[in-house]
Amino acid sequence: MAHLIVENLTKSFGSLKVLKGVSFTLEKGEVLAIIGSSGSGKTTLLRCLNFLETPDGGQITVSDKPLLDGHDNDDEIRKKRLHFGLVFQSFNLFPQYTVHKNVTLALELLSQEREDWKTNKKAILDEINKTADDLLARVGLADKAQAYPCQLSGGQQQRVAIARALALSPEILCFDEPTSALDPNLTGEVLRVIRSLKSADRTMIVVTHEMDFARKVADKVIFMANGVIEEEGTAQQVFENPQSELTKAFLTGFDFDKDEE
Amino acid sequence: MSFLEVTLFLWEGFKISLLIFAVTLLCGAPLGLPIAFCSMSKFKPLRALSKIIVWIVRGIPLMLQIFIIYYVPGLLFEFPLFSKIDIYMLVNYDIVDAGRIVAVLIAFTLNYACYFSEIYRGGIESISYGQYEAGYVLGMTKSQIFRKIILVQVIKRIVPPMSNEIITLIKDTALANCIMVCEIIKNAKELAANEALVWPLFFTGVFYLVFVGLLTILLGKLEKKLDYFRG
Ligand SMILES: Nc1ncnc2c1ncn2[C@@H]1O[C@H](COP(=O)(O)OP(=O)(O)OP(=O)(O)O)[C@@H](O)[C@H]1O
Ligand SMILES: [Mg+2]
Repeated sequence: MAHLIVENLTKSFGSLKVLKGVSFTLEKGEVLAIIGSSGSGKTTLLRCLNFLETPDGGQITVSDKPLLDGHDNDDEIRKKRLHFGLVFQSFNLFPQYTVHKNVTLALELLSQEREDWKTNKKAILDEINKTADDLLARVGLADKAQAYPCQLSGGQQQRVAIARALALSPEILCFDEPTSALDPNLTGEVLRVIRSLKSADRTMIVVTHEMDFARKVADKVIFMANGVIEEEGTAQQVFENPQSELTKAFLTGFDFDKDEE
Repeated sequence: MSFLEVTLFLWEGFKISLLIFAVTLLCGAPLGLPIAFCSMSKFKPLRALSKIIVWIVRGIPLMLQIFIIYYVPGLLFEFPLFSKIDIYMLVNYDIVDAGRIVAVLIAFTLNYACYFSEIYRGGIESISYGQYEAGYVLGMTKSQIFRKIILVQVIKRIVPPMSNEIITLIKDTALANCIMVCEIIKNAKELAANEALVWPLFFTGVFYLVFVGLLTILLGKLEKKLDYFRG
């Protein structure tokens, strides 16, 4: 069975139907790019996956475990959302903590729930610090570990946010327009980091307006329109040979840089 | 009366001013927090109740509130609670004004708690929801998010308005003399009446100025201390 199965997900805000039955599957290690015009429900979909919104109906299944059962308490939801990670458009780093602490904070708090926390505290904290060092090196910010978010550029902040999300090793990492809040000259560094994360056991969902990035990195592309999946397929299918009129119209709005790497 | 004697006599009064200041701050600041949470509650009746209380307390002059608290138990229930405390403490322990001071402390604490609560509410509501959501997706509990992420940011934002209130508070303590509590200005007026000395009344300003100066330095330091981050 697929690693992630989303079935018939629906979500309304009042009378506004934002998701009208969204279904897709994703294999472990795949990168899914979600594209679509503003208001089509992309952010809402990611927020549902991360339990920031409660879907009205449908099912989300990760590694054969159905996650939605309608009557969870806060603590169960909190555990379930750990299957997913989310990188926000606006970073949302914690301003009062150093870059390093931004990465370690959640792990430290979660470790306190471990049974061996009291007896093994020092070793656990050392391990966490090492994890953070490794992650910061991966996103190219080892030298900024002790800086505060306000001292970083937008691109650097977003890379910290990525390291922070990776710290909990989520099974599925979601990005909501990770470069939309950045100056154009800073998007490259962030996209390169995301691309470098692609690996056999890391599943990623990227909502993006960066069509070149989607085309080069995604194994699978979904085009959303008006709360439904209008078209889905491999990057090549969707970009080179779109079937739906809406997809065609949407894609003609973008300039493609044709020279391949 | 020598300058020293006058100064010492005024200092006795200023100690009462400082007492009102300290108790109001120590009790009012924490009390403001539950009021702020009630004002932000999702439970409508609680929110309404809290907002009505804040409206009344902030809408009536503090002097009037002191009168109300001091006199109403006697007028309404024919039990002059605070004047009874006054007499009891004076007769048994030789402590003057005890009942009046308690009435003033209650009025000040309630009044300032409501002002503080509005500052807290503004501070808490000014934190972007993205901060909470970042905490949620990292598996934090509500209480962890509040304690580890939101609180320091709120404190940073409320230090300037709190500083303002705190500086206003020390000057407001002069209102206690409306029910004859012997704070510094009451003492100065006594000197004017009994010793025909007018200058001590104006001299009281120096006490306030020195204290406000100290407060300003202290609060400025706190503000500086939180300067290491933006947000
Ligand atoms: N909390 C909310 N309350 C009410 N309406 C909402 C809420 N969140 C989203 N919406 C509405 O749902 C629709 C879809 O929003 P969503 O943010 O998912 O779109 P999107 O595809 O991410 O768009 P964009 O590309 O602009 O980010 C929009 O019409 C939006 O106004
Ligand atoms: Mg969006």
